[in-house]
Amino acid sequence: MTATTETPSALGRPIKRKEDARLLHGQTNWTDNIQLPGTVHMAILRSPYAHAKITKLDVSPAKNHANVVNAFGAAELGDLNGSIPCVWPVTDDIVMPAFPALAPDTVRQVGDCVAVVLATNPQSAVDALEDIVVQYEPLPVVIDMEKAIAPGATPVHADAGTNVCYVYNLGGGYEEVKAKADVVVKRRFINQRLIPAFMEPRSVVAAPMGMSDEITVWSATQIPHVLRVLLALVTGIPENNLRVVAPDVGGGFGGKLQCYREEVLVVNLARKLGRPVKWTETRSEDMLATHHGRDQIQDIEIAATKDGKLLGLNVELIANMGAYLQIITPGIPLLGMFMYPAIYKMEAYNFKCTGVFTNTTPTDAYRGAGRPEATYAIERIIDELAAELGMDPLALREKNWIKHEEFPYTTVSGLTYDTGNYEAATAKALDLFGYDELRAEQKRRRDSNEPVQLGIGISTFTEMCGLAPSRTLGALKYVAGGWEHCTIRVLPTGKVELITGTSPHGQGHETAWSQIASSILGVPVEDIEVVHSDTGRAPYGMDTYGSRSLAVGGRAIKLAAERLIEKARVIAAHQLECSPADLEFVNGVFQVKGDASKQQPLGAVAFEAFTAHNLPDGVEPTLQGEATVDPDDFSYPHGTHLAAIEVDTETGKVRVRTYVAVDDVGIQVNPMIVEGQVHGGLAQGIAQALYEGAFYDEDGQPLNATLSTYLIPAAPDLPSFITGQTVTPSTTHPLGTKGVGEAGTIASTPAIINGVVDALRHLGVTEVAMPATPMTVWKTIQAAKGGK
Amino acid sequence: MIPAAFEYTKATTVAEALAALQAGGEDAKVLGGGQSLLPVLRLRLNAPSVLVDCSGIDEISGIREEGGKVVIGAGATHHAVMNNALVKSSVPLLAQATATVADPQIRHRGTCGGSMVHADPRADLPPVALALDAEFQIAGSGGQRTVKAAEFFQGPFETSVGPDEILVSVSFPKYDGWSTHYEKFNRTAQAWSIVGVAAAVRMDGGKIAEARIGLTNVGGTPMRASAIEQALVGASSLADIEAAAARASDGLAPFADDDADEEFRLHLARVLTKRAVAAASGLK
Repeated sequence: MTATTETPSALGRPIKRKEDARLLHGQTNWTDNIQLPGTVHMAILRSPYAHAKITKLDVSPAKNHANVVNAFGAAELGDLNGSIPCVWPVTDDIVMPAFPALAPDTVRQVGDCVAVVLATNPQSAVDALEDIVVQYEPLPVVIDMEKAIAPGATPVHADAGTNVCYVYNLGGGYEEVKAKADVVVKRRFINQRLIPAFMEPRSVVAAPMGMSDEITVWSATQIPHVLRVLLALVTGIPENNLRVVAPDVGGGFGGKLQCYREEVLVVNLARKLGRPVKWTETRSEDMLATHHGRDQIQDIEIAATKDGKLLGLNVELIANMGAYLQIITPGIPLLGMFMYPAIYKMEAYNFKCTGVFTNTTPTDAYRGAGRPEATYAIERIIDELAAELGMDPLALREKNWIKHEEFPYTTVSGLTYDTGNYEAATAKALDLFGYDELRAEQKRRRDSNEPVQLGIGISTFTEMCGLAPSRTLGALKYVAGGWEHCTIRVLPTGKVELITGTSPHGQGHETAWSQIASSILGVPVEDIEVVHSDTGRAPYGMDTYGSRSLAVGGRAIKLAAERLIEKARVIAAHQLECSPADLEFVNGVFQVKGDASKQQPLGAVAFEAFTAHNLPDGVEPTLQGEATVDPDDFSYPHGTHLAAIEVDTETGKVRVRTYVAVDDVGIQVNPMIVEGQVHGGLAQGIAQALYEGAFYDEDGQPLNATLSTYLIPAAPDLPSFITGQTVTPSTTHPLGTKGVGEAGTIASTPAIINGVVDALRHLGVTEVAMPATPMTVWKTIQAAKGGK
Repeated sequence: MIPAAFEYTKATTVAEALAALQAGGEDAKVLGGGQSLLPVLRLRLNAPSVLVDCSGIDEISGIREEGGKVVIGAGATHHAVMNNALVKSSVPLLAQATATVADPQIRHRGTCGGSMVHADPRADLPPVALALDAEFQIAGSGGQRTVKAAEFFQGPFETSVGPDEILVSVSFPKYDGWSTHYEKFNRTAQAWSIVGVAAAVRMDGGKIAEARIGLTNVGGTPMRASAIEQALVGASSLADIEAAAARASDGLAPFADDDADEEFRLHLARVLTKRAVAAASGLK
């Protein structure tokens, strides 16, 4: 056997996902599919009021219902009513209210948990909820953020005495540069409230395992490792007795990056009852009780010279926390804080964020988490500035963006972007889009006053992903690190186990991680099993969110594989009776340099390491490599997205006619998965622009908390996306990769709204609220016409 | 999303269904395809004690021609209706509107009759029945009776079908040679109509000789735009249509919801009527 022929590396190939045959054939294991003998099912009585005192609660009638095992309110639960954690106290004087799983005396949002019933079947548990006696005394409700922080507003948490959660400031010097500016443009943007709406509802099962003190928790979560730590802290169960498994998980988008009330309740009740407890939410519960995203008021001001040179940016945010602080609720706006200056050079940047409590569902991470808000604001205000200056919006961007030869570049907010090539991505996007032709068509439609007007939306975005260097997180007062772990084992039979701390829920890690390892170990992709999402089998990790899995976890995979090769090299050299330095490793085989007849495949080395009959002195048996890696920096994907938007001025209906997305995510491990991530991201970003928005009436009642009123676009509502790529390898990542999970969502929202406004600007329109529904657009046009 | 407990009876004949309804009393409810009833049950917005499943009654599931009319059995699914050759040629407006109902999965379960009897103000099929002067055959303990569309829809979710009756069929006059269009305006492809306009015109020598217009979701029941139907006669251009359609909102008193307030809904009634008639007539 010789190994002189180079086989193509698995890295960079659009191979089909290993996961999909199983997923598509229903061979899945969702949490709700887990059926353990003796399981009791939990149902939750939720508050119908946004703010009320609980004046009476009697759960005992529910206990008489057939098949009911027990029922609990906060009083009955006592010490087992754990407090839900927030791990990101962003300032020293932040207000962090208590957040018991079951509300003991006051409810603060519609959907607050008041009592639980446990029964031997889910139907009986739900039926018995109606037997619980509960009385409320409604309290004044605060929904509007500005009213919530006005003097005299009723505090959501009476003992806090205020609805201001925190005030955060960064930067400075804006007023000085504003003084010398020729043009200042100010806008208020509303980044509306969104619901993650993943496909698989949340579900959790906890079971005492009997043979030991272990309690195993299965949860539809993005964060089994973090959840284990938090459940140990909240419940007092020793961490080493807790095993958390995220089985197949059907989407998350940040909504499953959480330690939820229901998870704490299920674990504590399983412990109390000594038997498995299960809870699966209904879609109605999901819309109320899964954390929401976005919900910021953004006052944005930009200062420039009359020839379009940017001088400075002032950002003032009011961010809705909701009724309670969940895992990283206060930190979400700060994840965007550094990104408002985006790809542009400027002299000064001021940032201020006020976090506010209201009687609404708590907010937290939702795909992009802070960065979509930042990107929306900067890309919108750049278009408004261009209009004010009478410049082409692309020309204004080009004048101010960081040139490719200027990298690495430290932005006004203090981040150092390692690489980027905005010129290349924009040129490619323009090529795919037909910019000049569309501008000509736009003019034609305007001149002839056609009912359907055309707009061109631009978004030259960047983002920071790969959360994150642990020291940076520490400096931001985040109570955890941002490292990632990988262990790779070559088993005696030559098969490979790759144990990762990332926790996929649709991203295709099993395929992509196999491709990375295959490219280094020379082992076929199909011989690599990726082990994940189970703290019993994959004990170390920081899980999956913030486009971090490849950006951080990929580093650990590469280093673990390289360490494994180095150990194997020593063993192989011993077998081949040469020095390790005399060996080269090609396509999974060690061979003596210059003598291809003397070689040993990796699998044979693994078998030697297993038998340990003939290992060199000092070399331990078994063949594995481990790495726990803390990234040096974030990673900064970027791209240019262009949208041709048709607006029917008679009905206000918006149609995305053409959407071009050119993304630079660095080296691509699997281009097909990259494209899939971009497509899904675009759909979600476009959804914010045109379709989605969760609203409350002034009593705090959700107005559209069903999937027939909270509209999510499907395939017929979206265009066929045109995607392209440029590849500027990251210089801070050993694989040259960046991240792609959130890029499409971050980029597309401003591209769409810029296009809508561009289509209508000649009518006097300068802003269209999101979601840009037909009625909103039509009314905006009427108002602009009336104002002329 | 677990419904409250209920009794379940599956009827195989109209007589069985009527008997079961009578036995079930006021709390009994007919289950057709379940398109609307199942969500209501799962959301616990209603908790009937007895469900009488009529989805397996052969005698009311077919589509046939009878006495010069197209008779749609109440149990015929949307899928069956929109793909039926007779419906496509003689009642094309019904086929077009049906094709916009929900999505293919639901169209394989949901029924034409069920949609009519449910009488959701947002539904797409009632304005078609109204515009085309359909008739509803209703069976009760005293036998069958026939009700005209103009009397059938009595209010939101309210028809002339009594609690112990079932709808047997909907019959449409034949409109061979008419040009038709259903203009549905909604936010996403699978969402309810914000406003929908069903238009059928008979053309003669490049002019509209006869017009029939029904609107949905501009009131508690589907609305017939009789005044416009008259005004459209003789129209030979888009401008004529536009002039007539400007009166489409006359007399309407629509409600407001998140998708459209009263002003926007009235505006949509005018614009969509113009578009529906323009598309049906082909006039420019």
